[in-house]
Amino acid sequence: MARLTLEKLGKRYGRVQALSDIDLAIETGEFVVFVGPSGCGKSTLLRCIAGLEEISEGELAFDGERVNELTPAERGVAMVFQSYALYPHMTVYENMAFGLRLAKAGKGAVEERVREAARMLQLEPLLDRLPRQLSGGQRQRVAIGRAIVRDPRVFLFDEPLSNLDAALRVQTRIEIAGLHERMAETTMIYVTHDQVEAMTLADRIVVLRDGRVEQVGAPMELYHHPANTFVARFIGSPSMNLLAAEPTDAGVQVKGFAPTPLTAPPGARGLSLGVRPENLRLAEDGETPFYEGDASLVEKLGESQLVYFDMGAEAEPLVARLPGALPAKKGDRMRLATDPEALRLFDDAGQAVRAG
Amino acid sequence: MSDLSGYTPERTDWGRFALRWGLFVILGLFALWYLAPLFVMLTTSVKTLEEIRTGSLIALPREITFEPWAKAWSQACSGITCEGLRPYFFNSILLAVPSVAISTVIGALNGYVIAQWRFRGADTIFALLLFGCFIPFQVVLLPMAKMLGLLGLAGTIPGLMLVHVVYGIGFTTLFFRNFYVTIPADLLKAAKVDGAGFLRIFVSIFLPLSVPIVVVSIIWQFTQIWNDFLFGVSFSSAGSQPVTVALNNIVNSTTGVKEYNVDMAAAIIAALPTLLVYVVAGKYFIRGLTAGSVKG
Repeated sequence: MARLTLEKLGKRYGRVQALSDIDLAIETGEFVVFVGPSGCGKSTLLRCIAGLEEISEGELAFDGERVNELTPAERGVAMVFQSYALYPHMTVYENMAFGLRLAKAGKGAVEERVREAARMLQLEPLLDRLPRQLSGGQRQRVAIGRAIVRDPRVFLFDEPLSNLDAALRVQTRIEIAGLHERMAETTMIYVTHDQVEAMTLADRIVVLRDGRVEQVGAPMELYHHPANTFVARFIGSPSMNLLAAEPTDAGVQVKGFAPTPLTAPPGARGLSLGVRPENLRLAEDGETPFYEGDASLVEKLGESQLVYFDMGAEAEPLVARLPGALPAKKGDRMRLATDPEALRLFDDAGQAVRAG
Repeated sequence: MSDLSGYTPERTDWGRFALRWGLFVILGLFALWYLAPLFVMLTTSVKTLEEIRTGSLIALPREITFEPWAKAWSQACSGITCEGLRPYFFNSILLAVPSVAISTVIGALNGYVIAQWRFRGADTIFALLLFGCFIPFQVVLLPMAKMLGLLGLAGTIPGLMLVHVVYGIGFTTLFFRNFYVTIPADLLKAAKVDGAGFLRIFVSIFLPLSVPIVVVSIIWQFTQIWNDFLFGVSFSSAGSQPVTVALNNIVNSTTGVKEYNVDMAAAIIAALPTLLVYVVAGKYFIRGLTAGSVKG
């Protein structure tokens, strides 16, 4: 139940600048996901918001009030940790009640809140157990329960699904999405390195790299209009194909490919043309192919298949996601087509060029 | 499948059997070797002087008497007083119990701060404390005597207590620090998010998890302090001597006939508390010593 504003927020460890110039506004009830490769600063940023790390520069405000100097409890945050971090010597009930008791909630109120959270998360039969008697998924639910009972202004998740197996991860992901729906007023911030979690859970995604924000936006906005090659490659799986391209009279063209209708700004050099594997398809008869080549590798995924085309020793192979029913095998000659709207152009600094 | 042609189960079983029993025999011999003095002490302490003079050292007592035990406890002479070990035994309890408690609590707090509340110079301070474990007793005798004199604690039990607490902090800090670094940092963070402060986290989260290492610290410190002789003899005066010093005086100050049975009884009495601590808490001692390495 808080609107967060980060202004020029920075974090230094000695001489290492872990975060710099983070400007961000997070609305009340919004579900924001911080995503990026390991070491990008996403967890550090989360801990700065939580109050577990001191903020070196800039300001963090909840509902317009500066909270830089406040403790986590004073900020009213709750957090779910990757390792669950349950108190090993306390029962499930005591784990959930600990924070409430510290906040001097009355005995009746503690009981009521814990029971309610336990009901919500189907933890009622487990209330008297110790954490070591629970499975990984149950522990994670207790960790979430411990956060819920405190009715936090901001709900923080630090890679909460990383320690779960694949099936449980999907299930818990759906539960967290449901939680967000039920607690519509609570602002949630979620850190992950998994772009699928980011895409499926987020209202908005914040992509971080080397302690800086690369792009902020709704999942599909990032998917369709990545601000730069980093975001383009990070969001979506398999990654967007990036092909070295040159401006020609006919339009931007990749060597060995058909010219595209995209036009580059005057004097542009070192361009990259981006096209997602799922935006490549087989050319119809009579259609001019965008690219024609021999498949160097075919990966059958069931509903679809990934077909790789060798782009020479230096370049990464071109990947196309084609329907699974298509009879394709290594060495097949294929003619690929694409739609011009699906093409993205980036300049030599990797920044997106809004092609005219 | 691996090749099993050269495998003969009977032979291997026999080899394992021989190895096992060979080990038992060797370990049994060692146990006998170490238990022999205790056996001699126990039997001698319940023999009469007459029997000691005439009989063999390792013979069982013909008739059992507890007279020497009673004498050792309340009548044996050390120097000019003849009060037995009793007053000095209580001196040692008065000395050891608070010293053990204080040094354990300080060590726990030190370890907690060094392992979990990282601060600038934490490693240096830990290294210095560790170095303190290796300072020989003899080196600190004179400076410590001077210090106690300045503090007005020379020759008193509180003075001796201070010496043992200061000397013990290095060890107890080492124990607790090594135990607490194995506790995940997220636990501290979770407690902070729950609104707990420095002391609350220590009392409610870390102490309840510390039972094995508290036992290690108590056994170690109690044994050290109870068995200490050098500090005891250096920093005590007539009324404040610990039991080890009194034992020495009793054994060395007999006139005329040497009462071996009383000496043996006195020695066993002086050693009983440490034995008791091991018996009661020994299981936890081993567990605590290995607790850090098992968890990783």
